[in-house]
Amino acid sequence: MAAPAASPMLLFTDIDEPGLCTLEVYERRGGYESLRKALAMTPEEVLDQLKASGLRGRGGAGFAMGTKVSFLPKGSMDKYLVCNADESEPGTFKDRELMQKTPHMLIEGIVIASYAAGANCSFIYIRGEYVEQADALDAALHEAREAGYVGEDILGSGHSLSLVVHRGAGAYICGEETGLLDSLEGKRGNPRLKPPFPANQGLYQGPTLINNVETLSTVPAIIRISGEEYAKLGVETSTGTKLVSVSGHVQRPGNYEIELGIPSREIIYGLAGGPPEGRKVKCWFPGGSSSPVLTADDLDIPYDFNSLAAAKSMLGSGAVIVVDDSTPILDVALKVAKFYRHESCGKCTPCREGTNWTVKMLERIASGEATPMDLEIMASVQEHIIGNCLCVLGDAMAMPIGSMIAKFRDEFEEHIEAARMARGLNGSAGSDAALAAQGAFDEAPETHLAHHGTGDQAPGAHEGAPGTHRGGA
Amino acid sequence: MSPAHRDQTVAHGLRWDRAADLEKDPAEVPDPERVEVPQALREEIEAHMANYPDSRSAALPALEAAQRLHGWCSPEAIEQVACVMRVTPAYLESVASFYDMLETAPVGRHSVYVCTNISCSLRGADELYETVRDAATEGIDGEPINVRSFECLGACDIAPMASVDGVYVGPLTPEDVPQLLEDLRAGRPVLPEKQLVRRLVADPHANTREFPRHPADETARADEGGD
Repeated sequence: MAAPAASPMLLFTDIDEPGLCTLEVYERRGGYESLRKALAMTPEEVLDQLKASGLRGRGGAGFAMGTKVSFLPKGSMDKYLVCNADESEPGTFKDRELMQKTPHMLIEGIVIASYAAGANCSFIYIRGEYVEQADALDAALHEAREAGYVGEDILGSGHSLSLVVHRGAGAYICGEETGLLDSLEGKRGNPRLKPPFPANQGLYQGPTLINNVETLSTVPAIIRISGEEYAKLGVETSTGTKLVSVSGHVQRPGNYEIELGIPSREIIYGLAGGPPEGRKVKCWFPGGSSSPVLTADDLDIPYDFNSLAAAKSMLGSGAVIVVDDSTPILDVALKVAKFYRHESCGKCTPCREGTNWTVKMLERIASGEATPMDLEIMASVQEHIIGNCLCVLGDAMAMPIGSMIAKFRDEFEEHIEAARMARGLNGSAGSDAALAAQGAFDEAPETHLAHHGTGDQAPGAHEGAPGTHRGGA
Repeated sequence: MSPAHRDQTVAHGLRWDRAADLEKDPAEVPDPERVEVPQALREEIEAHMANYPDSRSAALPALEAAQRLHGWCSPEAIEQVACVMRVTPAYLESVASFYDMLETAPVGRHSVYVCTNISCSLRGADELYETVRDAATEGIDGEPINVRSFECLGACDIAPMASVDGVYVGPLTPEDVPQLLEDLRAGRPVLPEKQLVRRLVADPHANTREFPRHPADETARADEGGD
């Protein structure tokens, strides 16, 4: 395959240059010039540049960054800026590369954004697992403070900003913005009811701007080349460049900077080399494990926010996970569902119970205890999760699982049949009798016990009493 | 610690089948006269508290510091943090039990987190995890090695991978496991050639020039030269 045309580089330019994580090299390459330029403008002018850029949030939701900044109330009050560096969406590892190799770019972006938003107190909430990256940020922050880029009266502009790197302790839900705020306040990371939105009532009840690492790291480039120039990159509704993390069954997994709107095929095959020799793409997640899966038929969809939304999926965090035809879809579904079960904070019933039930039903399929009817029940469980919780963690399981059931229904049904055969339920008695056994109370009690006994430590899992029936009849 | 033991503990050594002491006031902030807090730990927690408009925000870094000292969020560790932060131990227990990296049982100071989420498992992580788990039965300094199958660690480019005391290594094969554990036991850098920080970005268009694999290599060379 021919090498794809090079994308314009804004974030990854010479990112492996030795010492880029130090202030010396970063400044030598023109670092913090954008900050000087921004501080010479009024905050409104900086905000206008951000709006003109059309930059959409890179964390998952894709909300216009300039608009988000403008939601913060005007006037003098304590306002906060929080950088979401809790990158925990399975398949996503782009922020890690930025923070480790060019931490000053993030810090510069934070200072510029805080100036536009009028925030004087900022935090980087980094996931606890990123020890090496948090150390890099702390070292860079120390240098930036010494150089007067962070602190009181930055470069004589009158703008002051405190910045603290706050390390999390391992919880996916803390990447959800209100869960993150609770965690940053020293609590369990339970999401909050919205509204009020963080722009009005966020950290310590004050107006708060929350942006992803990549979003904030893009800000210096926007100020450097101007919002109008930035908006010329990409496509109309998805401007600029985007970091994509490609993983799974590809030959060259890793981070790539692409111009939004290129065909997805170019990312999976052109850049990442496609699946191993002799294998085909079975399905792929375009934006992390929370995004509904697409199939090999969808490879020509342009990789941008609106095109992927039109295909009933989403760009999400830009994490492309490729699954080839050697993997049963049931394995993929189980991995995904188990992850969300583990990470559900337990606050909302549809998510807490729905993730748990979905795992149990998938395990029934695997063990040969399910009937095709269970697919309907499982699909309806997904529908009942979506939109019924405080945050979208439950939806994040329901959408991909729902899409797998819809798109790979035949394979699920084959698996159900095969597993039942293997278990001996489809013997001479025929499938009607097997169905009856599944739906009625005459199944041997020890089967239930055995099944419950092998269940792992799912939250809320009970020991089944003999004879109790938990089928969906 | 065996998984069975873990199942029986809800938190901080309390067993699920042991009745709670209903006479005790749960909302008690520890008395500073009574609780001895190591000076270094106290200073670290107080420094964290000073970082935030509301000192309670320091709960996670404070618990992390106490865990580093005590090996886990033991009742003693919790009490010391509660004493410095002027909050109840119950509050901190509620926080500690929420987060995967805060241990509510003595599991050992050294950890090997093997990522077994989707991208890693597509490349053989489940087998890798089992290999590490079975090979790490012998602990370090009388403590077990905390081997866990972990959710996505954000390093799918080096899948399958593991985080060894916070250092990311990959891609790993089951054959790498003996060396990994040997390095960990000996206190050496773990599998230096496989450490994430030495990897160049995958994007072929990112770097316009040839760069060494990682500044770490440069620094190591400089250090040798300096000595």
